[in-house]
Amino acid sequence: MGFVDLLQSIIPPALFFSAPLIFTALGGVFSERSGVINIGLEGLMVMGAFVGIVFNLTFADVFGSWTPWVSIIAAAIVSAIFSLIHAVAAVSFRADQVVSGVAINFLALGLGVFLTKQWYDRGQTDMVSQQFFTRDFSLLGDIPIIGEIFFQGIYLTSYLAIVLAFVAWYVLYKTPFGLRLRSVGEHPMAADTNGINVYKMRYVAVILSGALGGLGGSVFALTIALNFSHATIVGQGFMSLAAVIFGKWHPLGAMGAALFFGFAQSLSVISGGVPVLEDVPQVFLLIAPYVLTILALAGFIGRAEAPRANGEPYIKGTR
Amino acid sequence: MNTNRLFNILVPLISVVTGLLAGAFIMLGFGYNPITGYIALWNGALGDVYYFGETIRQVTPYVLTGLAVAFAFRSGLLNIGAEGQVIVGWLAAVWIGTAVEAPMYIHLPLAIIVAALAGAFWGFIPGLLKASRGVHEVIITIMLNYTALYSANAVVRSVLSDNEDKTPDVAATASLASEWFQNMTYFSRMHYGIFIALFAAVIMWFIIERTSLGYELKSVGFNEYASKYAGMSVKRNIILSMVIAGAFAGLAGAMEGLGTFGYMSVQSGFNNLGFDGIAVALLGANTAIGVVLAAFLFGALKVGALNMPTEAGVPTELVDVIIALIIFFVASSYIIRWVILRFKKEEK
Repeated sequence: MGFVDLLQSIIPPALFFSAPLIFTALGGVFSERSGVINIGLEGLMVMGAFVGIVFNLTFADVFGSWTPWVSIIAAAIVSAIFSLIHAVAAVSFRADQVVSGVAINFLALGLGVFLTKQWYDRGQTDMVSQQFFTRDFSLLGDIPIIGEIFFQGIYLTSYLAIVLAFVAWYVLYKTPFGLRLRSVGEHPMAADTNGINVYKMRYVAVILSGALGGLGGSVFALTIALNFSHATIVGQGFMSLAAVIFGKWHPLGAMGAALFFGFAQSLSVISGGVPVLEDVPQVFLLIAPYVLTILALAGFIGRAEAPRANGEPYIKGTR
Repeated sequence: MNTNRLFNILVPLISVVTGLLAGAFIMLGFGYNPITGYIALWNGALGDVYYFGETIRQVTPYVLTGLAVAFAFRSGLLNIGAEGQVIVGWLAAVWIGTAVEAPMYIHLPLAIIVAALAGAFWGFIPGLLKASRGVHEVIITIMLNYTALYSANAVVRSVLSDNEDKTPDVAATASLASEWFQNMTYFSRMHYGIFIALFAAVIMWFIIERTSLGYELKSVGFNEYASKYAGMSVKRNIILSMVIAGAFAGLAGAMEGLGTFGYMSVQSGFNNLGFDGIAVALLGANTAIGVVLAAFLFGALKVGALNMPTEAGVPTELVDVIIALIIFFVASSYIIRWVILRFKKEEK
């Protein structure tokens, strides 16, 4: 097996596995940059996956081949609304944000499976017929070597995720909105003094994280899982959270980390065909993303500094 | 002071009642009769001795994981990692239970102690990283949960069994199973572990309320810097707190491995004992007695839920929704306090 063949068998699956993680991790970046910890990413993905699948099954006849795209938009909207619960608890009710996030996870899974049983009379939905398909890009795919590796047999959603990461970077670092969002996460009182509405910014950030988590969950559901059950989203949200921290709360860093995790995940799936990896027991590939994150946080790969006010409810008038 | 006490009791009570009310509205909304639904829940949890035995069986690990979360919380740490600590404890208990041969008075305590040690070790890692590097324990424990899950599966498959999905049963000398309880409860899976769980609750109360160690742990939880200036070692206390918390969760794993199941199987996902422990600890206001009471409530809800589909046609997951809502209300206690204070003012 040549090197190019090797890359060709590794990179498309890596992109394929990392797309949902990138979307969700970007959501995590928005929320945590504004000072709201979001352990609930997992639940937001569950909600996204659930809505994506149900919408897809229900409206497959109406939208035809556009169904998956409409489905992920619907999922993003519903998850954004769902994330309001976290926003209300964390921002207005001054709840412990980690606990409220844990509750989001419980609630999303409980509601999702409850409604699935309600509507489909069993623990899982049917398989969708209108999922995302891989495609070969006509012009770019013809480029020798690079075309084969990056532009053949790729899901469009993978590139959407990467583009979105750059958009998120631009929004957070190059626009007034982004500056305000980051400032309420670093020093809410100073931001408040400057006339920035801390509560509003945090609400917006959490809702954005809901929308992006919903995108991530529905993209996962419509490319990988293809149906919804209690076991559709198992840990991808937490892995995205790890990507946020691994990427040092930076959109591009988070994307890089998510790509790496996706790559690690795809290794455990395709390792059978790759020479060196064949001999590595699968368990090491499975735990690699988590162990590497721990090592990274322990300072072996560089210290990660969280936004200063992350996790602290802002109470007007306190010092 | 007095009003604080009152709040500590009122907030959980109001949360539970609102959670159950919300559950009733959900049932109404989907065309179920909430009264039939809750009667089914009640029957499924406490309706006869078999169900009662099963409820106690579920309560046993809940008490321990609840303690694991509550204990860490008292020193200001959030132990999301009970899940992984349960898994390593379970694995260690089953390992000793199947690999060692010894008379019961050595074998059983050995298996239980090793399980606690394994959980303690799994708690030590985030404790150490928090103390020495200031890394947030939530992230490390989440990562360790998955590490534990996948590693344990690999060990079950390739070390403790010959590529099978479950280990052999633990030896009778290491089993917590109780014929006496089983006969009394129509062969439910209730086992002697409940005594260990209750004893652990007493130990937590004793450490926290009656020892200088507990005083230091609480003090670190209240104010790290003040404790430091008072001459306490914050780092040592953080590590100790996570180690003890991990040991409680490891014991919960032993309850599953030596009592309920008697073996360990390959798990496709988490069993949620650890995450439910967060709910238990929160509702129990992080006190030993509160944890025991909350564990009984959640144990009854979880076991009773299994009866809801057959008797009332309501999907089991309704109870997960109710539990999630209860957590929300407890977490948002600020708003409950605010409402209560509002009412009080109006009375005056």
